[in-house]
Formats: sequence, structure tokens, C-alpha cells
Amino acid sequence: MSGLKRTVFWTGVAALCAWVLVPIWLIGLGAFGGRTGVFRWPKSLWPGDASLAALQTFLAVEGVWPAMVNSIIAALTCMALSIGLGAPAGYALARFSFRGQNTYRLLILLTRAFPLAILALPLTVAFIRIGLYDTAFGVGLVHTALALPFAALVSASLFQAIPRELEEAAWVFGCSRWQAFRKVVLPLALPGIAAAAIFAFVISWNEVFAASVLSVKNRTLTAYLLTVLAESPLHFRFAGGFLLILPSLAFIFAVRKYLFAMWGIANR
Amino acid sequence: MKRTQSRALPYLLLAPSLVFLTAIFLLPLVQTIALSFSESGVASLGNYRRMVSDLNFGLALRNTFLLVLVVVPIQLALALGMSVMIEKIGRGRDLVLWVWTIPLGVSDLAAGLVWLAILQDRGYLNSALYGLGLIEGPTAWLTYETPGTLFLGVVLAEIWRATAIVLVILVAGLQLIPKEYREAAEVFGARPWTIFRRITLPLLKPSIQTALILRTVLAFEVFAVVYAIGGTNFPVLVGEAYTWQNANQNTGVAAAYAMLIVVISLAATAIYLRVLRVPAEQQP
Repeated sequence: MSGLKRTVFWTGVAALCAWVLVPIWLIGLGAFGGRTGVFRWPKSLWPGDASLAALQTFLAVEGVWPAMVNSIIAALTCMALSIGLGAPAGYALARFSFRGQNTYRLLILLTRAFPLAILALPLTVAFIRIGLYDTAFGVGLVHTALALPFAALVSASLFQAIPRELEEAAWVFGCSRWQAFRKVVLPLALPGIAAAAIFAFVISWNEVFAASVLSVKNRTLTAYLLTVLAESPLHFRFAGGFLLILPSLAFIFAVRKYLFAMWGIANR
Repeated sequence: MKRTQSRALPYLLLAPSLVFLTAIFLLPLVQTIALSFSESGVASLGNYRRMVSDLNFGLALRNTFLLVLVVVPIQLALALGMSVMIEKIGRGRDLVLWVWTIPLGVSDLAAGLVWLAILQDRGYLNSALYGLGLIEGPTAWLTYETPGTLFLGVVLAEIWRATAIVLVILVAGLQLIPKEYREAAEVFGARPWTIFRRITLPLLKPSIQTALILRTVLAFEVFAVVYAIGGTNFPVLVGEAYTWQNANQNTGVAAAYAMLIVVISLAATAIYLRVLRVPAEQQP
């Protein structure tokens, strides 16, 4: 690249980075600025009166802590179930050829064409009947429907990438199928599966519609924020939004190495 | 014994996920259809009639389609540009990729709140405009009296939040295209634009198809972003479903809205599958 072209190119890259980062910085200012910060006019791009007090006030509001706990319970449920159910399915798809295999794949791909969260509507009735309504676990169950197809496809190709011969060698040395899986295959697939698990966590942590429809009192953080949105002051909303973003930043950082492998895989 | 065991094994491994998807995906789908076509237990089109005759229906339908038609093409173009740029970055590639994919983990509700912080009356946009002498004081952009700027605000927030998913799928797809193809074209003197149009784009078609299907289905589900930025000033389909379910306590009409969204999503998917068809012999 010539000098001018290079400058234009890197300016573009920097501008796109700023496009992502500056809005997060700004809601951070809103979250730490508190009541006085929100009404300041005109606003400054630098944190003048930022303090932890504003976030502490937010966390002290009734309902915020329980909502966070509910969000975490739902997300952990989603994570455990989507891997617990998806990884065995992925192993079956990767290691066996059997009738019905393509039908199963089709079902998994079909879920993509449906607005899954919206289909939580009729589940309210069933959940009330079996006592899952208004529980974080119930919300986690519905979120699993969102994350499970992804987990199954990702783990299928993770297992596919591990040579069958390694497993067969373990059988020759007297390992049972389960032992060979646990001692040879699993350690190799684990980092990728962990990345898929984190992704499932994020999907659940961020979901709004199903969480709001399936709970009344035991709301997740997103559902809680959505219901109090209209009557809460601006600085309260910004603190909530910022707290929603914070864990996602860390999670995306944690899975960054696997992000593209995962999606490249989930495409095929 | 061992033989029958290993024949049954794949089915045993699939069964739990199959049971689960039946219970949380297929059954609710059937129930939604049934709910939408019945009123107090009797088969009827009443829910659909109420949905269509509702004041907000036309508005919600128009707004949702307008949003999808504006947002999705911009996201595809932007993500294509970004993924080509990523290919050219040598050092610092990983850092740039991480920054560009951060919005992937941001919820739509949070994204709406982020842009509310920027676009509110006393927000950062107005502060900047004030600094430039373009406005005289705090100005409202997000009320029902300013539908144009409210729409723009939602568009900005959607582009900010959901371009990352398209980017990730396209970058993953680019990595699958052998470098040799482009190098060969270069040897024969093809210019970068020609290479992009004639080689990269056609080979990227399967990824573009996946990205468009995923993104469009999700874009028709737009709700929390809109609600965080404009409250009820900008009705959208899922927002109406939410209102009928929670505020009006009428699951029937909410189910009718859900069915409408299902039908639109399926139609969009079918169109993409047809228009961006990849012949079997061209599949990688």
C-alpha cells in the first residue's frame, strides 16, 4: 500500500473501532455520573463527577440484586443444559453414520428460521401447570432452545476434527468407549466446548422477550429493566445498561480465539 | 451384544436433545398455532381480526419492515467492507477483531440504552451539536412528534449492535476460501475490485446466505432496542405481541402476532435460500 492509501486505510480501521468503543464509554459515563451527571448541560466527554456511588445506588435499589442472581441462574441453566444435551448429540453426528442423521441436522438448522423466543408465549400455561412459571430455571430452559442447536453443531465439528484413530488406539489399549472418550477425546475438545458454553451463557444473559413473558416477580436483569424502564430515571437506566454490557465484554474477550472457528463451523 | 449397543448408541445420544427440542420448540409452535386460531376454546379467526383492526397494527407492520429493509442491507455492506479490511491488517489484527466483535455480546436492551444516552435531550449528540453552534439548547429527537429522527436513532442502534454477527460469519467464511484463487487472479492482472466481485463474493455466497437468514429473522424480532430508545412511540410487531400478552392479558392476539412473525421469518428464509442458491457442485 502506498502512503496515502495506508493512511486512509488505518483511519477507516480506527474510525470503526471508535464507532464500537465510544458509545460504550459514553454509557459508562452515564452510569458513573449519577443523577447530577445526567442533567449536566452541555456534557463533557471526560468523567468529571464520575464516582462509584452512582453504581452503588443502583445496586442498592430493591430488586436489582435478586434480578442479577436470577439472570445468573438462568444463564447457568442454559449453559449446562445446552452443552449437556448438545455435546452428546454433536458426538453422535460426528462419529456415527445412522438413519435419521440428516433429518436431525435439518431440525437443528430449521430452528434458525423461527423466532424462538416468541414461541415462549404458550409456554406460560404449561409452566404454570408444572410450577416452572416465574422461576429463573424456567427462563433458562427456554433460553436453552436458543443455544442448544448452536452447541450441537459446534461440538459436532469439534469432535469431527479429532482423528478417529486416536480413539481407536485407546480401544486397542483396553479402554472402554466411555474411558476413551473421557481420557482422549474430551481433553482435546474441551477448549472449544468451553467457548460454546460461554456463548450459551451470553445468549441467555442478553435475552429479553422470553424472560419478560415467563416471569412476574423473579425477573432476570433484562426483564426487570424492561418493566421498570418507563418509570425509572435516566441515570438508573444507564447504570442498568452498563451492568448488562460489562460481563459480555469479558466473555467475548475470553472466547475471541474460538469465535471464528465456531461460526465457520456452524455455517456448514 | 456389543454390536446392538453401538447401533443404539447414536440414537441414545441424540434422544435427550430431541426430547428437549420437541418440548420447548415444536410443541410451543403447535400450541401457538392453536392459540391463535381459537377464542375461548372455539375455533375462530377472531384473534387475527382483532390484531388487524388494532390501531397500532399497520404502524407496527410498516415500522418493522422499514427497519429490516434499511438495517439489513447496510449491515451486510458494512460487514463485507470490514471483513475485507480485516484480511489486509497484518499486525494488530486480533485486537481490531476483538473490538469489532464486542457488540456481539451486547443485549438489544443494553444497546438501546447506550444510544439513549447519546441521543437523549441532554445527551452527547446534542452537546456536540451545541458545541458546533447548530442547536441552541437541549432538543428532543426521540418523541412521537419526531418520528424521522426516532427511526434514525433505532437504525443507528441496530447497526451498532448487530453488524458484528454478520462480520463474524463473513470472516469465518473468508478463511475457508483458498488464497490461491485470488493469487492466480492477481497474476493474470485482475484489479482488487474485480477480484472481490468475481472471486471473493461468489465463493462467499454460502456465508452471506447464512448471515442474511440469521440476521433477518432476528431483525424481525426487534423489540427491546426500540422500547429502550423510544418507549411505545415506535410500535413494532414483537412489541405489540408483548403488550397484548402482558398489559392486555390476551394471549390469543399475542399468539396471532407470533404467528405473523413466524410466517414472515419463514418467507424471508425461503427467499434467501432461493435467491442465493448454491448449486451442489459449487459447494466447498
